[in-house]
Amino acid sequence: MTDIRERHPGGQPVRLDHAAFTYGSADMLFDADFPSSTITAVMGPSGSGKSTLLNLVAGFETPRKGRVLIGDSDVTALAPAERPVSMIFQENNLFAHLDVAKNVGLGRSPALRLTSDDRRAVADALARTGLSDKEHRLPRELSGGERQRVALARALVRDRPVLLLDEPFGSLGPALRQDMLDLLAGVQAERRMTVLFVTHQPEDARRLAQKIVFLEAGIVTAAGSTEEFFAGDGPEGFRRYVGSQS
Amino acid sequence: MAGRTHRWTDPRIAAGAVALAAIAILIGGAFLGLLAEGASDLTGAAAAFDSYLFRIARFTLWQAALSTLLSVVPAIFVARALSRHPEFPGRQLILRLFALPLALPAIVAALGILALLGRAGFFAETLSGLFGGTWPGIYGLSGILVAHVFFNLPLATRFFLEALDTLPPDQWRLASQLGMGAGPSFRLIEWPAIRASLPGTAGLVFMLCIASFTIVLTLGGGPAATTLEVAIYQALRFDFDPARAVALTLLQVVLTGAVMVGLARLGAATAIDANLPVAPRRFGRVSPGEALANGVLVLAALLFVAGPILAIALAGAQADLTRLAADIAVRNAAATSVVLATLAAILSVMLGLSLVAARQALERQRGGKRQGWLERASGTGAGFVLVIPPIVIGAGWFVALRHSDLLFAAAPLMVVTVNAVMAMPFAIRAIRPAYDAAGERNDRLCMQLGIAGWTRLRLIDWPELRKPLLTGFAFAMALSLGDLGVIALFGSDSVQTLPYLLLARMGSYRTDDAAGIALLLAILCLTLIFLAERFGRRPA
Repeated sequence: MTDIRERHPGGQPVRLDHAAFTYGSADMLFDADFPSSTITAVMGPSGSGKSTLLNLVAGFETPRKGRVLIGDSDVTALAPAERPVSMIFQENNLFAHLDVAKNVGLGRSPALRLTSDDRRAVADALARTGLSDKEHRLPRELSGGERQRVALARALVRDRPVLLLDEPFGSLGPALRQDMLDLLAGVQAERRMTVLFVTHQPEDARRLAQKIVFLEAGIVTAAGSTEEFFAGDGPEGFRRYVGSQS
Repeated sequence: MAGRTHRWTDPRIAAGAVALAAIAILIGGAFLGLLAEGASDLTGAAAAFDSYLFRIARFTLWQAALSTLLSVVPAIFVARALSRHPEFPGRQLILRLFALPLALPAIVAALGILALLGRAGFFAETLSGLFGGTWPGIYGLSGILVAHVFFNLPLATRFFLEALDTLPPDQWRLASQLGMGAGPSFRLIEWPAIRASLPGTAGLVFMLCIASFTIVLTLGGGPAATTLEVAIYQALRFDFDPARAVALTLLQVVLTGAVMVGLARLGAATAIDANLPVAPRRFGRVSPGEALANGVLVLAALLFVAGPILAIALAGAQADLTRLAADIAVRNAAATSVVLATLAAILSVMLGLSLVAARQALERQRGGKRQGWLERASGTGAGFVLVIPPIVIGAGWFVALRHSDLLFAAAPLMVVTVNAVMAMPFAIRAIRPAYDAAGERNDRLCMQLGIAGWTRLRLIDWPELRKPLLTGFAFAMALSLGDLGVIALFGSDSVQTLPYLLLARMGSYRTDDAAGIALLLAILCLTLIFLAERFGRRPA
């Protein structure tokens, strides 16, 4: 059983190469690099295009111009399921009428035809996320934090080199949030995938991320290491956004 | 995937386009038939625009205006009374009862009103004593008005109550803190909410009354009280005067078109909901005097709505039901009704689902840009088929097909397709919220996990949409079962539905039979609506 867990794909770099996108009257242009196997926090005011950036990487949106690169390949024309990416949303990560094990199992087979290896992988992922005793619960019988753990478990069984998180812990209380951040950090240390996560909380970024990409009005206005951002002379827009606390 | 799948290759959009095309053929074909007929007999069609025709048009508008006034004004006060008392025993029951007329076939309601107030009705003796002489029975304008108010007072009440229930509870808290009495709180809080929904509600009621066919046919009782729709039917079925039918239909189309434009301007509700409103919690007290007045008002409305329904039950129970059950004509009509209504409901749900799916797919594709015509047509546009009277569609095809052998053979097809299209807005109303919400939750997830096609239908969509689809189905089937629009034109001895047979038995004064059939029809429709509501309830 350990054999299966040893062979993980690790991470791959993600690059947005002048990816232009228009939503309604808002024009956005993304140009950013996300190094392999690092955790990058994507930050910025509401409406600055954080979720759009993630959607472009995941393939839910297609850029009008420019490219999306993962590893060495151009994935701009690939459908979401064909990209080496898993994404966890703020909510609605689970199908309401399917139990925990099935929701995770979908990460292995979209038609839920699971082999015994698949089932073992599901059980392992549930154990890793602390959900072993809840595999037959329905999503409505779980707490908000547990639901996000199920989503993380599914990302584990999919085992893709890139993991995107769109404010995944935005609706959790402080203690649960700490637990989830610890879990995420632990999982990333084991699997070494490239993580992009959108957050409003400077504390989350400080704790988890090695890198920060800061957006304003659809454009990357600053990018750098977390230490640089939180040093007294970090980027101006970022200091304004975070307020006096840094 | 969103950006690369092009308009016509997305199966959902293609399905929506096919559904719209089918509806356009049904409606367009009817208008083509009418125009061709009018063009072939121009002098006849022009001659048909005589004083008689304008008198009918005037009466059509007059009865609709009176019906609207008599339904909407009392409804304001009944809704207000109900909203002032959010918790009293029987309130839910009253609201449930107010939803019943919506489910009741018009011909059944007409029979119920006759059973109460007709010449041989339950109240005939009392009324004879009251007015002297023999009570002539409620026919003509008064009969039409009573029936229209029976249908539309509860409807308008529910709309106004909905409007009042959207008022934030904080306003009530504030009102009671400031010591507002009944007068000021009506003027400052309730009236503005009602006024906002007044034009839409009144417009819808007016529209329904202009297009009312069955009520006028059964209760109008003569040329003095005839509307355009009934005149179209008479011109085609009795006078064999297609030129006149064309003239009448054109006038009807112009009238409904004008009202429709007005309604669109007012932003009227074009779909009717069968769900129960949930009252928000209220703060503050109602004075004993006002409570008494409210009680009397609600009780009066209750009796008015419950009366005909009880009369149907009583009169039906007095009929010789065992003999009716053995009557071969009744059995055949019941079987025909069930088969045609089932087919109509299936078609209706398919049309509705296609349009709902296409609308959502198109909304996704445009990504914040303005709506295209296709999205508009499959969204709000679909609701407007309600304002095209089934009789008009039926009349068009009737005129077009009348020289061919297909006329009566086309009856089942006409009944199924027209009823399906007429019930479609209701099906959409049942399906769309669940479909859109499911899409919101599941689309990205399915795309990411690569769940598509048949797998997606089996694993994800069917479990979530089963209940709303059944709700739409039951609702559409109930509407089709009770319809007497198209079948009145196309019906014959070989193709009879229950409403058609009911009309025939009423026409030959077999009142007992009619009452029995009405009871059967009412039970069928109410059972379906009850099921629709059961399926429609979300799991707790």
